[in-house]
Amino acid sequence: MIIAERKPFAEIKAMVAPYKKILIIGCGTCVAVCLAGGEKEVGLLASQLKLALGLEDKRLEIGEITVERQCDLEFLRPLCDFTADYEAIVSMACGAGVQYLKQLCYLQPIFPGVNTSFIGVNNEAGFYTERCRACNHCYLGITGGICPVTMCPKGLLNGPCGGTVNGHCEVDPEKECAWSKIYHNLELEGSLDYMRRIVPLHSHDRRTSPGTVIHPAFKRRYGAHE
Amino acid sequence: MEFQPKILALVCTYCTYTAADMAGSARMQYPAGVRIIKYLCTGRIDIIHILKAFEAGADAVMVSGCETGSCHFLEGNLRARERVEYAQKLLEEAGLGGRLEMFEVAASDAPKWVAAVQEMTRRVEALGPNPLRRGRHLHAGAMEQLENMVQS
Repeated sequence: MIIAERKPFAEIKAMVAPYKKILIIGCGTCVAVCLAGGEKEVGLLASQLKLALGLEDKRLEIGEITVERQCDLEFLRPLCDFTADYEAIVSMACGAGVQYLKQLCYLQPIFPGVNTSFIGVNNEAGFYTERCRACNHCYLGITGGICPVTMCPKGLLNGPCGGTVNGHCEVDPEKECAWSKIYHNLELEGSLDYMRRIVPLHSHDRRTSPGTVIHPAFKRRYGAHE
Repeated sequence: MEFQPKILALVCTYCTYTAADMAGSARMQYPAGVRIIKYLCTGRIDIIHILKAFEAGADAVMVSGCETGSCHFLEGNLRARERVEYAQKLLEEAGLGGRLEMFEVAASDAPKWVAAVQEMTRRVEALGPNPLRRGRHLHAGAMEQLENMVQS
């Protein structure tokens, strides 16, 4: 899922300072799981803003709403009429959600309430780590289920660099070397011969930004050609 | 009229509430401005409960649960402590720092409960009333004001 962190309070407060009536929109999927922008966090931010501005004797009317996913038009469309009453919007979704929301609510300024960090996993409540860089070419099948692009700070595809020290990384000695782990995983799987394969240069051209994916079943609908 | 701090105490039923009950039974004297809300476990306390208390005008909030290691639900008090620490950070950012504290009071420790309330009261007396309560305090002229409002 997408992992995000809430923006510092001072930054959000400064962004909404010129307005009298704002709407905070949460996202109930990834950012809710990583405790950054779900329904609860929307409530906390609203309450914190009310307290801070109340202390300064300023009035700010705050609306709160959380949709299932801000990256999905199906859930955003019903918001359109609702948002018209507000001067500005704070979106607690990841960068994709904020942009999609702006596409719909183009008349008001939209401010991000979180900083989107990475695609990662939920290790335990409140503890998330990166696992995928969305490079558009997955090597996990030949690397023992460990992504060299993400887990190796140098993104090496053909074995470790010379800086591996007792299975640890030279960039961050606290972390295990991704390629050491790949070797051990392949050894356990009984597929060490994968280590001898030479992986060709990573095709960065497949990951031009902004990326587009059209499902093969929908090629005709969207006028895409093979 | 002298400022009387209004303190909201969010306590667990097994330890702190029992201690507070015992303090009452033993006729121990402590500031009367504390209002207790009983939870089954402090692990149920959400940060939003604390922030809403301040929005409503509480001068301080104290969270009090079992001592470390003696939570009836094993780690509810530890979770509460994590949340309280985060809530302290949120309040600090909002400008209401120092008005939230976590205590651990065992069921048999009524004097510790009394001491906790006294400490919190002293702290709030030093900080002054919650500024958000402005215009909403009952002061000496409050009755007169109310009468005027009713008449008008």
